[in-house]
Amino acid sequence: MSNHSMTVVGGGLVGAAIAYGAARAGMRVRVLDQGDAAFRASRGNFGLVWVQSKGGKLPRYARWSRDAVKLWPALQKELLELTGVDAGLRQSGGFWLGFSDAEMRARFDLLEGVNRTVGDIPFQIMDACELRQYLPGIGRAVVGGSFCPLDGDANPLMLLHGLHAGLRHKGAEVTTGVDVKQIRYDAANGLFDVVASDGQRWKSERLVLAAGLGNAQLAPQVGLHAPVTSTRGQVLITERLKPFLNYPMNKLRQTCEGTVQIGSSSEDVGLDDGTTTEIIERLARRAVATFPALSRARLVRAWGALRPLTPDGFPIYQASVSCPGAYVATSHSGVTLAAAHCFVIGPWTCGLTETPPEFDVFLGDRFSDPHASFSHDH
Amino acid sequence: MTTEPLFSIPRSSELETVTIRFEGKAMTVPAGVSVAAALLVGGVHDFRSSVVGQAPRAPYCMMGVCFECLVEIDGVPARQSCIVTVQDGMQVRRQLGAASLDDVSSGEES
Repeated sequence: MSNHSMTVVGGGLVGAAIAYGAARAGMRVRVLDQGDAAFRASRGNFGLVWVQSKGGKLPRYARWSRDAVKLWPALQKELLELTGVDAGLRQSGGFWLGFSDAEMRARFDLLEGVNRTVGDIPFQIMDACELRQYLPGIGRAVVGGSFCPLDGDANPLMLLHGLHAGLRHKGAEVTTGVDVKQIRYDAANGLFDVVASDGQRWKSERLVLAAGLGNAQLAPQVGLHAPVTSTRGQVLITERLKPFLNYPMNKLRQTCEGTVQIGSSSEDVGLDDGTTTEIIERLARRAVATFPALSRARLVRAWGALRPLTPDGFPIYQASVSCPGAYVATSHSGVTLAAAHCFVIGPWTCGLTETPPEFDVFLGDRFSDPHASFSHDH
Repeated sequence: MTTEPLFSIPRSSELETVTIRFEGKAMTVPAGVSVAAALLVGGVHDFRSSVVGQAPRAPYCMMGVCFECLVEIDGVPARQSCIVTVQDGMQVRRQLGAASLDDVSSGEES
């Protein structure tokens, strides 16, 4: 048993970023991470740092994403200088591609609405001819696209590695192979007692739940509500190729090492993180329709990963009222939001800053109404 | 480039052989083995240059998993030499960096 000022349950991108943000603010932090048998969303994601089209139904989320990507360069620089780890941030703008006029019209309405409501999320609609100046080699099936200069990508594995290296630099302790089963709150002493399935336990004055799917079980134990479920995304990976894609797209990007990653799919399949022939075939067909030259690329692997998703697809950030010092944070955009989790949520969970303005839209309590219905398809 | 081989295949009088070319140089190698095995027996240590650091690379897993053994075979880039069987007359070259899709604007029939 040991005392730390803050225990963060979850060492994925969300937990590690918040923990790093708390540690750099001076908090004594312990991160409890599961083992490799866990679903590990942070090791299977696509790596986009993305704003365009986010928050069409929730302007505060669009603003949160916009502000997060503007904070990213500072995180990239800090991790590189502190740890030598290059998280691979590239922010030269990104494209969405449309395959029909109806899609293009809907896209314009969406982006125009977001930019009008939120502001400072510029975009440009292009026809296929103009697109080819930026993306030579797009197929004839592509009728147009949208460009947002704020978009980009990063290397999600290096980001995770860099955050963990940063945690060590700031004196935080990361304990792996921990399966947290129970959390007790000792109100008299203001201490959280985190109990693992093997009987290990840790006490701390503050607690952050960033356990992805695990938040659903853990949050109610400290008076919070985080009904996290999942959708599966499948990804196709090509051999390393000489650079030919100058910009990331939301369904296709080339890493700086040359690999082309092909997504994206979304399926409600419970806790199955496998791959299926049907989806992989669809991803490959769409990729070849988008860039016909990809028909000559060899594929080297495919994987499935689970996105930890709330019923409406937006994050949950909430401080507990009944157990002061406990927080829950859940988002499936751990890469895009990494810098905001570090620089904004980290200090907030330390009690150093006020709750960010208009954050009530992110309360987990919004899912408590038994009559409400939600859709995360946006 | 070609030095003393680290590997050998026991010679017997009835061993069938084929001739392949590596970087233009003829090599008589046992029939039925993989290109990677044939090159290793032939004393090749440097199969390709790595994509990011341009460092020399040689086969590692010999079972189709690690992608260290990539070579160009008969003009097709980045083939896994450990899972391709040698054929008489095969032209093998080192794989220099990443494969290219050549003209990215081509590929669609017009």
